[in-house]
Amino acid sequence: MTRFFDEELKELKEKIVYMAGIAEKMIEIAIRGLIERNKDLSKEVFKYEKEINMLHIEVDDLCIKLIALRQPTAVDLRLITAAMKINSELERMGDQAVNISENTAIYLDHPELKPLIDTPRMAEIAREMVKDSINSFIEKDEALARSVLNRDDEVDGLRDQIFRELLTYMISDPTTIHRALCLILIARNIERIADHATNICEDTIFMVLGKDIRHHIEESWKI
Amino acid sequence: MSIIITKDLNLYYGNFQALREINLEVQPNKITALIGPSGCGKSTLLRVFNRMNDLIEGVRIEGKVIIEDEDVYHPKTDLIKLRKKVGMVFQRPNPFPLSVFENVAFGLKIHGLSRERINEVVEESLKRVMLWDDLKDKLHTPALKLSLEQQQRLCIARLMPVKPDILLMDEPCSALDPIATQRIEELMHWLKQNYTIVIVTHNMQQAARVSDETGFMLLGELVEFGMTEQIFTTPAKRRTEEYITGRFG
Repeated sequence: MTRFFDEELKELKEKIVYMAGIAEKMIEIAIRGLIERNKDLSKEVFKYEKEINMLHIEVDDLCIKLIALRQPTAVDLRLITAAMKINSELERMGDQAVNISENTAIYLDHPELKPLIDTPRMAEIAREMVKDSINSFIEKDEALARSVLNRDDEVDGLRDQIFRELLTYMISDPTTIHRALCLILIARNIERIADHATNICEDTIFMVLGKDIRHHIEESWKI
Repeated sequence: MSIIITKDLNLYYGNFQALREINLEVQPNKITALIGPSGCGKSTLLRVFNRMNDLIEGVRIEGKVIIEDEDVYHPKTDLIKLRKKVGMVFQRPNPFPLSVFENVAFGLKIHGLSRERINEVVEESLKRVMLWDDLKDKLHTPALKLSLEQQQRLCIARLMPVKPDILLMDEPCSALDPIATQRIEELMHWLKQNYTIVIVTHNMQQAARVSDETGFMLLGELVEFGMTEQIFTTPAKRRTEEYITGRFG
């Protein structure tokens, strides 16, 4: 039996995909601003932030409406609650992109500290994680979601590496502290984006299997 | 310890098999809901518990039904005792065409209780269904003049004097408006402290709201039985999921 409700759920998923597209674009532009030393790009990030914020409210409204009017159960209920949580994750990703742009603006007031190698690499992995997390949600692909979870360690590793490297700069030359701190904060922003992508994957796995895997709860069962 | 147990229960109306291999355990002081599309056998199963199906010609039963450790279908089962223990509330309230007081006192009078004792039991029974405050000054009003919700409450009160352990409810709110439905649901929550309730309902939201455990039935089979919370969030069987999400039914 086809349900009118399915059309509404499709609309919800389309909004999430559109929002994820904006979040990805914001991350990409923010990092490009840093690499190309182009402050103007941050304006574009701020413009997209307004749009993602409006979508955040719109998606929440739609979810609340669907819960109130359709009284969803089982897989439908799990889809809508996952969508609500993913909605917040995407909005926060947008906030992190804005933070990257703000830290970049401060960094660009000074001469270049060093050629950036790990930061763009880290950003690229994080952006792929965002893309795959949303694909796993839309395609209900548990395996893809788990592969994103595994990639989080790689991002964390790069963050630690960046931190260690910048620490040596700061120790050897205190005039680099300001610039190094900007880059550390940016690495931290990218790492947070990857965390939001893993949260989306955990919500997706709950939606698909009805199993909560957050906070490594699966491993605690084995003990 | 389960209060109702069915073991490999099959029920036939003539050649038609209405229940298939039902294995179910109902827990005491819980509300158990039976859901499923029309004709799935949920009301038939409910009527098995107090042998109401005996009244239908051509009914044949296989398997076991055990209530409080007693075999309900044993030839020596005392039907009157069974139906005292397992009371039933129907879709449409069916009070006797007597006063409110007489409705509750009817059975007591037959048993020859003193007038004082009858007054006490009527008051206690009406209090149990939260009708006493509303009706204590209208005890001699004809029951049929009450609202449908009050009539349904009265029908539940009427069961109280015989001290049942189990209350079977067959669509008890389907004739009631949403506010009256809510009040009966509140009453069920309150009643489960002292009684085990098995409810058949078409209204899935009602099953989700009131019950502790839910059984989903289809074509005479008990497809899935489990905690209500689990059935409505992560059902194990695809057929349950399709039904409760409205994909068929």
